[in-house]
Amino acid sequence: MTLAEILASLFPQGHAVAVRDGLVTGTGPFAGGQMHVVGVDGDTPLGVDGALVLSRVVLDAVRASDRAPILVAVDSDSQRMSRRDELLGLNECLAHLAKAILLADRSGHPTIGLIYGHSAAGAFIATALATRVLAALPGAHPSVMDLPSVARVTKLPLDKLKDMAKSTPVFAPGLDNMVATGAVHVVLEPNLSLEAQIRALIDGMSAGDVRDRLGEERGGRPVARAIAAAIADQARLG
Amino acid sequence: MAGNRAASIDPDSLSWYEATARQRVLALTDPGSFREFLPPTERRMSPHLPLFDLPRAFDDGIVVGRARLDGAPILIAAQEGRFMGGAFGEVHGAKLVGLLRAALELKPKAVLILFDTGGVRLQEANAGETAIAETMRAIVDARAAGIPVIGLIGGRAGCYGGGGLIAGTCSRLAVSEGGRISVSGPEVIETNKGAEEFDSRDRALVWRTMGGKHRRLTGGADAFCADTVSAFRKAALALVGRAPAFDLQTLEAEQARLEARIDQFGDCRDAADVWARLGVNDPESVPAMDTGAFDETVARSPEADHDAR
Repeated sequence: MTLAEILASLFPQGHAVAVRDGLVTGTGPFAGGQMHVVGVDGDTPLGVDGALVLSRVVLDAVRASDRAPILVAVDSDSQRMSRRDELLGLNECLAHLAKAILLADRSGHPTIGLIYGHSAAGAFIATALATRVLAALPGAHPSVMDLPSVARVTKLPLDKLKDMAKSTPVFAPGLDNMVATGAVHVVLEPNLSLEAQIRALIDGMSAGDVRDRLGEERGGRPVARAIAAAIADQARLG
Repeated sequence: MAGNRAASIDPDSLSWYEATARQRVLALTDPGSFREFLPPTERRMSPHLPLFDLPRAFDDGIVVGRARLDGAPILIAAQEGRFMGGAFGEVHGAKLVGLLRAALELKPKAVLILFDTGGVRLQEANAGETAIAETMRAIVDARAAGIPVIGLIGGRAGCYGGGGLIAGTCSRLAVSEGGRISVSGPEVIETNKGAEEFDSRDRALVWRTMGGKHRRLTGGADAFCADTVSAFRKAALALVGRAPAFDLQTLEAEQARLEARIDQFGDCRDAADVWARLGVNDPESVPAMDTGAFDETVARSPEADHDAR
């Protein structure tokens, strides 16, 4: 689905969401109130400037104390790779955006990620992965790194990696694999109302971070939950 | 025993950069106080590396546990940059997440994270990426509960990729000259954008752009340490006492701080241009400054100290 199609399905009465320089901001009427929308469209890389535009919108929503849901819609490239971005502290700007989304969540705004295209690496962590519940649409293709680059770094033949990717979700790009690790909670049905589906997601949100439990159940991260729990157990023993 | 050997090392002379993760932890914390969780004897290794015919580590490249710092209980995690570049795999990340979650119950005086990481371990990329997101959420939860999370950065692998984002989520950061903080590494930028954009072989450029001095001068880190364990210990103790709250006020201040940085320096090509605009008299001399001279320079930088993180 395109962003326009998503917004039409989410806000059948119309909306005030706009895209500028690949950055998505605005609001739409939702569940008797409103919903804030921020995001990245058109496979745009996220740099210092864009991160601060989005974090400003999220912090404004928190200051307004309306407890309205915040949708983080993502079809991005990775973080913008440049000397200027790193010189200006890209790690701080991306972390700041993630912290703003996490603060919103703590302040009573349900935060929902929606990945409908690509996203990768730092841009993915700073946006969709900072929400409480992350949904995807079919055709989305999140990745950490594409397979040819993985082949270069790991010095393994691409054909072998492609074979391994079929049986091992833990390293291979793609939506199914991110679902298996628990990072993506649910894949939505594009032919049904997104408004209804996202309302149901908000109603069913759980309090804690359930991603490692999902990863265990789905087999994409077989040991993470047990390891984290074992650490906490040993810490408790004093 | 590694513990006995490390305990006999003088923290004043032990180089942070050269030390292993375990040496850093043992020499940083009060003698005899460290207790490791899931120690190497439990052999909780990566379930994925054998698929790539790669050797595993009994601790998956991270040491976590509890200790005392000047008598106060703390939780501590240290990445081992010599194993897979300190990168986040499934077990590695889950150990850090578990430690941070335990902080909510144990209410330690602080959680210290000794970063030494290239980012996500590509052989376990999806698990590593997800663990980084979980870590950031757990840090925010700990900070909101009033527990300072302090990052210490000065290892061989630096603090790259998702590690850089986690660092930006901490309450406070201490960094040494050898510490580099960045999202895209020099090789990643060069591979994707060409050597004209970033020449990764130009080591002086790497240090200027991503190194500890630039981060400290521009407020990307809150303390600058000489490359010794005792310097990092002193910095950690000082930073625990002045950790900012995690709330709207702090994040609005950070928003203003980062926007002002881009307004002021957004057209600079090189770190030396930034330092000149900060009022540093002889910007070209910054890389060669010793810690004392650099501290004096930092004291005159308007951007260096803030409660906006």
